[in-house]
Order: sequence, then structure tokens, then C-alpha cells
Amino acid sequence: MKMRGAAILMNCLLEQEVDTIFGYPGGTILNVYDELYNYRDKIKHILTAHEQGAAHAADGYARSTGKVGVCFATSGPGATNLTTGIATAYMDSSPVVFITCNVNENLMGKDSFQEVDITGISMPITKCNYLVKSASDIADVVREAFAVARSGRPGPVLIDILKNATAKEAEYEFLPREKHYSSGRLETLMKRASDNFRTPSPDEKDIDTLVDMIKESKKPLLICGGGVVRGRAQSEFTEFAEKIDSPVAITVMGGGGFKGRNPLTTGMIGMHGSQASNMACDGCDLLIAVGCRFSDRVALNPELFAKQAKIVQIDIDRSEINKNVQTDHHIIGDAKKVLSMLNERLESQHHDEWKKYVFSFKTETEYDEGGNTLTPKQILSSIAKLFPDDTIVSTDVGQHQMWAIQHFHFDYAGQLLTSGGFGTMGFGLGAAIGAKVGNPEKTVIHITGDGSFRMNCNELCTEQYYDVPVITFIFDNRTLGMVRQWQNLIYNKHFSQTTLDRGPDFVKLAEAYGLKGKKVSNVAELEEAIKEAFEWGHGYVVDCMIDMDEMVRPMVNGGGHITEFIIK
Amino acid sequence: MSTVKRWTLAILVDNEAGVLSQVSRLFSRKGYNIESLAVGTTDSPDTSRITVEILTDIEHITLLSNQLRKLFPVHSVKMLDEDNSIRRELIMIKLLVSTGERRSEIIQIANIFRAQIIDVSLGSITLAMIGDEQKNQGLENILKEFGIAELVRTGAVSIERGIQTIYDKTKERGEFDYGKNVL
Repeated sequence: MKMRGAAILMNCLLEQEVDTIFGYPGGTILNVYDELYNYRDKIKHILTAHEQGAAHAADGYARSTGKVGVCFATSGPGATNLTTGIATAYMDSSPVVFITCNVNENLMGKDSFQEVDITGISMPITKCNYLVKSASDIADVVREAFAVARSGRPGPVLIDILKNATAKEAEYEFLPREKHYSSGRLETLMKRASDNFRTPSPDEKDIDTLVDMIKESKKPLLICGGGVVRGRAQSEFTEFAEKIDSPVAITVMGGGGFKGRNPLTTGMIGMHGSQASNMACDGCDLLIAVGCRFSDRVALNPELFAKQAKIVQIDIDRSEINKNVQTDHHIIGDAKKVLSMLNERLESQHHDEWKKYVFSFKTETEYDEGGNTLTPKQILSSIAKLFPDDTIVSTDVGQHQMWAIQHFHFDYAGQLLTSGGFGTMGFGLGAAIGAKVGNPEKTVIHITGDGSFRMNCNELCTEQYYDVPVITFIFDNRTLGMVRQWQNLIYNKHFSQTTLDRGPDFVKLAEAYGLKGKKVSNVAELEEAIKEAFEWGHGYVVDCMIDMDEMVRPMVNGGGHITEFIIK
Repeated sequence: MSTVKRWTLAILVDNEAGVLSQVSRLFSRKGYNIESLAVGTTDSPDTSRITVEILTDIEHITLLSNQLRKLFPVHSVKMLDEDNSIRRELIMIKLLVSTGERRSEIIQIANIFRAQIIDVSLGSITLAMIGDEQKNQGLENILKEFGIAELVRTGAVSIERGIQTIYDKTKERGEFDYGKNVL
């Protein structure tokens, strides 16, 4: 059937069972939005306040549902506004397809109005990207883009379509998703790859070697990384950990990959890792990292990291092996597959003495209970008490992020949405909106700081307009807390440009957007605010006043040894 | 610390726009200067082969190769062993000559090196030669005495000796195809 490019795009999105798009229209993408109007019964479009918000929302949608997120933006500034969102998704391996339109072909390369080389700009922050010049290429490219985004190690993909390609007509036939791999360039890609491409199977010998290593080990430690979450390998990982009877340290990205309440959990590992995790890392004889790339916030000093132990890396991405830390053995494969193969071959082990040693250290930081002043611990305890266990938690970046991840026990993959790799302040609100849109039956809360919230609080209007009832908790210390903490500990208390003694009044801001809010400075007020938020049933902002000099503990200095806590 | 030496990478890629910049971006990101670069199509017109030479150590070249293999237009990457591969480069040198005596001297040198004379005018002579690094360098060194007006190199291309090819299926290749994880 002949149809115009924009209609082909819509149909290709329907092939992928896309029902929600986050985006922002503009001049070059007008044809697409014109066509979207015809498909408005089938595809819901969420118009955000800013393209960055749309990018984070699509990312949050993808992380929480496990589906591919979709985001639209126009050329030029629309496209560049996406870049922080794309990079955030890339660093955390989140599958999002970004679709931008560019100027007409005759205007390309002439510095035309709102023209930018977005495929060039996004090259280092996408798994791959496409420039589509002809309507007849749209279907192939969209099919390939979705396959690429969701497969293997997921990641963002960008498609830049020229405006004239969205207007011109081309042939289109509906093709169900399972047939995509035998059409277009995808077919060529499939053929190019070796025989084990379709059913990638971890090497049996590699698996056996690891089984032997595990049998020999007296003091094993597992690290649950983001790969367990992205690969939705929670049950396999849990079985694995329980079979080996090994303590499990969880990275920021691994939150939800292993139940936070499981007695084997030692808590977070790394810069703000628990004493138990970091001491275990320094004392183990076998360290098995699943879907973890040993970032500098986990490994800190790659030369010293677990140097007494044999390090084994299980990862889907070959290029992660030995990238940051030299390993003794590795298995390349999907976490789910590798772990179930290991589970088949493993017999139950017992490491009571080792566990006794590890759990003699604290798995959680003991923060001040606080008296009359509100403390982060009190806020998080009240939230944990009053909200359902399956509440989705989205965070921004900074102290509140670390506190939340240290304190909450995440039960399932996709429950924690946080920018672990890129550390994007302003990620949380958009992501929370995306998560709530994708999971309407679940409660979604957004934990943020006053600094992070100020960055993208414009998305409150999206929350209000589409009635996405996200409850925002601002850990309001009137400073950039994490930076201040570093200045406190390392930079001679020179609080250079970190004090945020300025507006706005967040409660009034929420009200200006048609939402409600409350400023709270003790537990009673806080719990009252939470109850009010439940009754109100729409977006709500709780501005929690905490002390400026609250710190995230423990802390190891960047590049230091994992047990050299500068504060405990 | 492992030793820094010259590494040759042979990279098979899709012959389409933007691929070279994707490949070269990975080198610039790590701060490597490309010592030599040559690109051309293979027996299949859809496929190009990029030969890159850089100075680095074994750890970094392995990481770079792994990251190159992740790029979608990249089919395969092979680290070519200098002892087991042949490296050739085309060099063209233009010299300005004022006398016939000078010209015949240059022609004699060209003959010794088996360089070709590809252009002669009243005031100039241009030589071309294909050779390995030492041979090309040798010619350049001698002709320096005559005053080189212009010199151009294609960048080296390399191919393995014997029956091995870049298309061979190895365990490594299987792993990398998976690492790229299209599906």
C-alpha cells in the first residue's frame, strides 16, 4: 500500500506495539505530528514541558516496564535538548528509540533554520543511529532500530528523518515483529553474524571453569550489577546466590536485581557502599560480578580492587571485559542464560564462617534518628512505612539518591529508576512521569534534592495536565549537598557556589502548576503531608527541610582503596 | 606497564556514509593519534577495509578492538601481527629539477629502488614507489638531498601471509558478534 513517510512511521510504531510516545513538536516534525493526529486513538502522546523531560520520561518508561521507550523531537534545538537524556539512557543501557526530524534534503548542510547534525552529535551516546533520506527506507530503519535498542545490551538508538522523507509516499506492507529479522538490512545483519548469532549460548567450557572455581572458593562474593536488572534475571540470580550461599553486594544500577531484604544482601558497594560490602570485597577469595562494569564509583581504585581475589566477570558485552578491572575469568552471555546454566551445574555450598565474618560489619549505615529536626533517615523510614512495598522509586542525583538507595529495599527489577552512570541531575521527575504512565497501577514516588528539582521542575505541568499522580519528596537542605559534602571533607570547607539560599518556594510552585504541596520540618508534619497526598490523589510535592551538613556515610574517596573510609 | 609499539588493525566495514568518522572517533576519544590510515573497498563493493596503525600497548589495543567491534557497521576487526603479515604503502615524491644532469641522477636512483617515474615536466620529476616502511624511508632519505617539493603517502595496507584471512570464523568472532548483540 502506498502511504506517506509519516504514516509509514506510525504503522511501524504499531508493529512494535508502541502505545505511548513522549515528545515535543516543531517545524520539521510537523508531518509526523499531523499523522499522529490520525492515529490518536491508538498512540497516546505525552507532551512535556521540555524535550529533556520527554527523553527522561521515555527512559523511565523503558526502565520500569522493560519495553522500548519512544521519544519524538524536532530538529535543531529540539534534537540537542534530547542529548542529556540520550546520554543518560546510554550510560545505563536503557532501550529508548529517539525519533527526530531534520530539514528538507535541499536545505541540508546549509546552516538552515533549526538545522543540526544530530546523528553526528549523538554518535558517541547511542548504540547506533540512522539518517533517513527517503520514505522507502523508513520501515526498514525503524524495524532495525527497535531490534537494536532492545536486544543484547540494550541502549538508545536515534533515527533522524528528513522532513521531505516524511512527506513523500512509499510502499508499505504491515510486517509482524517476528518477521522483521528476515527483512531489509536486519536480514543482512543476521547473515553477517556467525552461526551462533540467533541462539547465543555461553561457552560451556567457560561455565565449567567457573563451577570449579566456585567449588574451590571458601569466601565468595557476588556483585549484582545493572545487567541483572536489564536482563530481568532476578530469579536466576537469587537461586545462584542461595546455591553458593554467598553474600551479595548490590551496585546502584543493580538495585532491584536482588531482593534488598534477602539475608544474603550486604547492601550497596563502592564509594558509599556499606561496610559489609566493602570489607567483603577486600576479604573474598572469589568475586563474581554479574552485569557489572566496575565503574570508578564501584571499583574506586582498579589496581587495588579485590586484588587478593580471583575476579570473574559475567557480561553480555564483550567490550566490558577487562575494561576497568583486570579479571581472571569471564563468561560472555545474557545473565539469565548464564546463571541458569550455572545453576544446573552447581551443588549447594555452605559458607557460614565467611558469612559470619562479612555480616559482623554493618550492612546499613546507622544514621541519626534525629530529635525534633527532620533527618533523611526519618523521611525515608516514614515513606517506607506508609507506601506500598512495590512503590516505584525514581531519584535525581546527589545525597538524596544515595540515602534512598541505601535505605530502601528494592524487590524487583525496574523498581528503582536512577541515573547511575551519567549522574544526571533533573532525571527524576521526567523518569517518574514515564514510569507512572507505563505502570498506572503502581504508586510512583520521586525522591529529589532542592538542587536537582530546580533543574527540571517544569515537568510539574506535565504531571498536572495528564494527571500523573507522582509524589515528589524534596530533601531540601538549601545546598548542593553532595558537592558540599566533598567541600566539607576534602576542600577545606570552601563552600564555593554550592549554597542555594534562594527561591522558589516549592509549595507555591506546585500550587502555581495546579498541584498541591507542603513544607515539612518534622515527622508528624511529614506523615500528615503523605496522608494528604494520598487523599488528594494527584501530583504532590513534599518539601522536607533537612540540615545542610547531613552527610552520606560511609564514604571512600574517589580512587581510594575500597576499605579506606574517610567517614564511617 | 606493557610496552608501546606499533599496532596494525584491519577493519572491515559497511561502505556507507559516516562509518569512517565512527571508527576514527574511537581513536580520538582515547587520545590516540592515527599514525597511518588507508581506506578502500574490498572485492565486495558494499564492504570497505580500513587499515589503521597506532602506537599503543596490548591492553589498550585490545580494548579499542573490542569497542570497534561493537559498532554496527563494523563486520570484523583483526589485529595484524607484524611478523606474519605484509605491509605496503605507496609513496609519491615530486622534485624540482633545473638541469638534465640532476634529472638523470634521480632517474638512476629511481631505477635502483625500482620506483616508477610517473610524471616529467621541464622543471619537475615525480616518482612513485610501493614498498614497506624501510624501503620508502630509504628512498625519501636519499631524495632529500635533491630537495623534495612535495611528498604524499597513501597510508599502509596490510594483509596476512598464508591461508589465513580476515573472514575466518574464530571463537573470538562469534563472541564479538554476540557482543554487538543485534538480537
